[in-house]
Amino acid sequence: MAYFIGKRLIQSVFVMLAVAFLAFSLFRFVGDPITQMTGVETSVADQERLREELGLNDPFALQFMRFTGDMLQGDFGFSYRTRQPVAEMISSRMPATLELGVVALLISLVVGIPAGVYTALRPRGAATQAILMVTLVGVSIPTFVIGIMLIFFFGVQLGWLPTFGRGGTVTIGGWETSFLTVDGWRALILPAITLGVYQLTLTMRLVRAEMMEVMRSDYIRFATARGVPMGRLYFRHALANTMVPVITIIGLQFGGVIAFSIVTESVFQWPGMGLLFLESIRFVDIPVMGVYLVVIAFFFVLVNLIVDLLYVAIDPRLRIKDVS
Amino acid sequence: MLRVQGLTVKFPSRFGDVTAVEDMAMQIAPGEIHGLVGESGAGKSTVGAAVIGLLQPPGYVAAGSLHLGETDLRTLDRTAAHRMRGKRISMIFQDPQTSLNPLMTIEDQLVETIQTHEDITTSDAQARAVDLLEEMGIRDAAARMQAYPHQFSGGMRQRVVIALALCTNPELIIADEPTTALDVAVQSQVLDLIRRLADVRKVGFMLITHDIGVIAQIADSVTVMRRGKLIENGPTAEVLGRPQHAYTKQLMGAVPPLDRRLDRFPVPEDETSPALGTAARTNKAEDWLLEGVRQNPIGLSLDGITVAFPGTRTSFWHKPAPFVALDDISFEVRPGAVLGVVGESGSGKSTLAKTLTGLLKPTAGTMTLAGADLPGGKARGRHHASRQLIQMVFQDPFSSLNSRHRIGAILSEPLWLYGLVKDAADRRALAKEMLDLVGMAPDAIDKYPHQFSGGQRQRIAVARALLARPKVLICDEPTSALDVSIQAELLNLLKDLQAAFGLTIIFISHNLAVVRQMADEVLVLRNGRVQELGAAEDVYERPSAAYTRELLSLTPVMPAEWAQHVP
Repeated sequence: MAYFIGKRLIQSVFVMLAVAFLAFSLFRFVGDPITQMTGVETSVADQERLREELGLNDPFALQFMRFTGDMLQGDFGFSYRTRQPVAEMISSRMPATLELGVVALLISLVVGIPAGVYTALRPRGAATQAILMVTLVGVSIPTFVIGIMLIFFFGVQLGWLPTFGRGGTVTIGGWETSFLTVDGWRALILPAITLGVYQLTLTMRLVRAEMMEVMRSDYIRFATARGVPMGRLYFRHALANTMVPVITIIGLQFGGVIAFSIVTESVFQWPGMGLLFLESIRFVDIPVMGVYLVVIAFFFVLVNLIVDLLYVAIDPRLRIKDVS
Repeated sequence: MLRVQGLTVKFPSRFGDVTAVEDMAMQIAPGEIHGLVGESGAGKSTVGAAVIGLLQPPGYVAAGSLHLGETDLRTLDRTAAHRMRGKRISMIFQDPQTSLNPLMTIEDQLVETIQTHEDITTSDAQARAVDLLEEMGIRDAAARMQAYPHQFSGGMRQRVVIALALCTNPELIIADEPTTALDVAVQSQVLDLIRRLADVRKVGFMLITHDIGVIAQIADSVTVMRRGKLIENGPTAEVLGRPQHAYTKQLMGAVPPLDRRLDRFPVPEDETSPALGTAARTNKAEDWLLEGVRQNPIGLSLDGITVAFPGTRTSFWHKPAPFVALDDISFEVRPGAVLGVVGESGSGKSTLAKTLTGLLKPTAGTMTLAGADLPGGKARGRHHASRQLIQMVFQDPFSSLNSRHRIGAILSEPLWLYGLVKDAADRRALAKEMLDLVGMAPDAIDKYPHQFSGGQRQRIAVARALLARPKVLICDEPTSALDVSIQAELLNLLKDLQAAFGLTIIFISHNLAVVRQMADEVLVLRNGRVQELGAAEDVYERPSAAYTRELLSLTPVMPAEWAQHVP
C-alpha cells in the first residue's frame, strides 16, 4: 500500500514539474516580461537594470529552478494588471469555483446514479426512454445556451432566482462561502445545474451501461437464485460492482468541471477562478494565467490520486498486502 | 419431490416462437442425484432455469406442469417465486471464479443469504456459516470466511458456492455443470461432496452436465436430452448399461476412453462430415500441403527451459520473488510425432505453448527447431522461419477468430503474410479447397465467424493454421470448449491431417483421456515441473510418477461393462 501511494506521488511530482515548466515558458517566452511590466517612459538603462534585478539574464535552467522554488514557498509572483500578489488573487477566487464545482458534482451524482440504475433495470420502460431522450438533448446543447435558458426562465420570466453573482456570502477563516446564507444558495442553484448537466448525463449513461453488464453476470444470477432481496441485489451487489469505472470517469470529470467552469462562470458572472482567468487573458496578465494552469493541474493530480485510493477501498482484489 | 411433466419452453423471436424445450418430463426424489445430460443447445440449462423460475427473458413456459412437493411452481407470483428461491430450490453455477460477488466477504454473502430466509440473529447466522463451511471441508472456517472470494482457490470457491446454495436447507439444488471448470482432483472432491450431501442431508440434485463420465460416477438416474427433447431416462445403470436409443449410444461412443486408444471415433449420424482419405478425392489444398511438406518432417527440442515472471512489487526496497511458471523443462519431439502435454490448471501448459511460439521469452534454456537454434521471445524476428513453421490452434474458437473479418480473409492471411501465394484469386481458391479439406462447405468463405458453431469455428482455426504450411502444430486445449461429439470429429480430423501430412503436433490438454487418443508420447506437468515423460502406452499403463497415477485414478470413467455397448 505504501509502495502504491509512494509510486503515485512520485508520478505526480513529475506531472507537476511538467506543468510548472509550461507555466514558466508562458511567463518567460510569451512576449518580453520587461516590456509588459514597464511603460514607454522607462529608459532602456532602467529596463536593463530591472532585467538584471529580476534575474532574467541568468541561464534558463537557473531561472526555472528559481521559479519552481518560489512556487514551492508559496510565492507566485505579482499580477501585471492589478500589481497584487497572484497567490492572494487566486485564493480569494478559489472558494467560489470549488463550491460551484462540488455542488454541480453532487447534483450530477444524486440524480445521475439513481437514474442510471432505474434506466438499467427497466430498459424498455416509457420513463427510461423519456429520461434518455431528455438527457441526450441536455448534452447536445452547449453549456452556455443551457445557462442562458435557465436565466431566461427562472431569473427573468419567473423571477425566482438571481441571475448573476454569488448572493450573500459569509467569510470563515479566509474562505468565502455561500453555503451559510439562503441568498447564497439561491444564487448557487442555476450555475450549479448548468455546470452539472453534462456530468449528470455522463454519470447516468455510464452507470446504466455498467449496471446492465453487471446484471448479466454469474454472481448476480447466483444471488437471485439464492433469493437475496431485490433491493440488496440491486444496490449492495450490483451497484457496488459498477463503481470502479464510474468513479474513474467522475474523477476525471470533476477535474474538468473545475477547469472548464469558465463558460458557466462567465454566463453567470460568477466570481471564481474561471472568470479571473478570462479577465487575465483579456489583459495578457501572464503570471495569473501561469499560476492558474499550475493550480488546475494540481487539482487534476489530487483528484486522480483520490480516485486511485478509492479503487482500493472499493475493490478488495486491488489490496496488495505489504511484504513485512 | 420435483415433478416435471410436459414442460415446454419457448422463446419468442421475429420469426415466431422458438421451442427450446419440448414435452420434457422428469422426477427427482429427496436424496436423489438426477443427471441431465446432452450436448450444448440441448436445453439442459433451460430446464433448470424453468424450474427455479429464472428463464432469461423473453423465454417463457408455454405448457406443462412443475411441482415441488405440493407447490405448483407455475402458479407462484413474482414475490412468492423469489421467496422460494434459495429457501426451497437453490442453484450451483459452472464457474466458481465468477459466481461469487468479488466485493463482499464470504461471511457477508453467507450471513445475508441465511438472514434472508430465516429470522435469525447475526451471530447465530455466523455460527451456522462456520459449521457449514467446515462441513464442506474448509478448515479454520471462522477465520477463512473473513476473506474475499479472490483469496480462495477454484476448488475452495466451489465449496463456498455449494455452502451458499445449502445454507438455507433447500429441498432441491440445481447444479449446472458444477465441475466443468475444475481440475480432475478438485472435481472428484466436489462430486464426493455432492454425493455425501444427497445421502446425508437428503437433498435432491439436478446435475446438469455434458460429461457422461461424471454421470456414470455419481448419478442415481439420468435423463438424456437432445435438441430440447427427451431422448431416454431411467436409472443410470439401466440407461447407460442398456441404452435403448441410438443417440445415447452415440453420445457414449464419442466419449474418449481412458484405457485404450481408438483409431477413429464413431461420430453421431447426422453430424457427419466427410472424412479425409476415405474417398479417393483430389483436393488441391491437400496436394499443395503435401508439396510443402515433401521434405522430411521436423522435430523440436527444449533444453532446460525456465520461464519466470517478476512478482508484484509492493515495496521500494525489496525486489519481489519471481513466479516460476516453467522450471527446467527439457524434452524432444521426434519429427512427425505427437507429444501430449497434460497437467492441471496452473501447471504451465499454456506458458509452454507461448514459449514455443515466441510469445514469451524464457529466462533460461535453449530451444531448437529441426536442429537449428530457435530464439525465444522478441529475439525471434518477425520474419524468422519458425513463425511460419510453427502454428497454433487455440482453446476458445469464439475469440480466436476475428469477428469482423470474413472467413476468406482469415484463411488468406497466412498465404500472403508468408508470401506463399502471390495472386489473390489463387489464395481464395486455395482457401476454398482447404475448407473442403477440413470438412466444411466452400460457401463458408464469404461468411463471418459468428455464423458458425463452436466445432465449425475450430475447423476454420485448424484450416487457418494449415494454410501457413506448418510443420509443427501446437494445439492448446483445442477441444475443451466443444461437445463430446464435436470433440470426436475434431480429433478425427487432427488424426487424419497428422497421418496425411506428417505434422509434428504438440497437443496440450487437461483431459487425460483425450490426450491418450492423440499422443505418441506424453509429458506430465505440475507446477511448472516435469513429473513424467515417456511413451504414451507406458505413461498410461505403467505410470511411474505418483502424480500421474493420482490423475489417472481421479479421471471419471465409464465402467467397462457399460462402455462395451458402444457401437
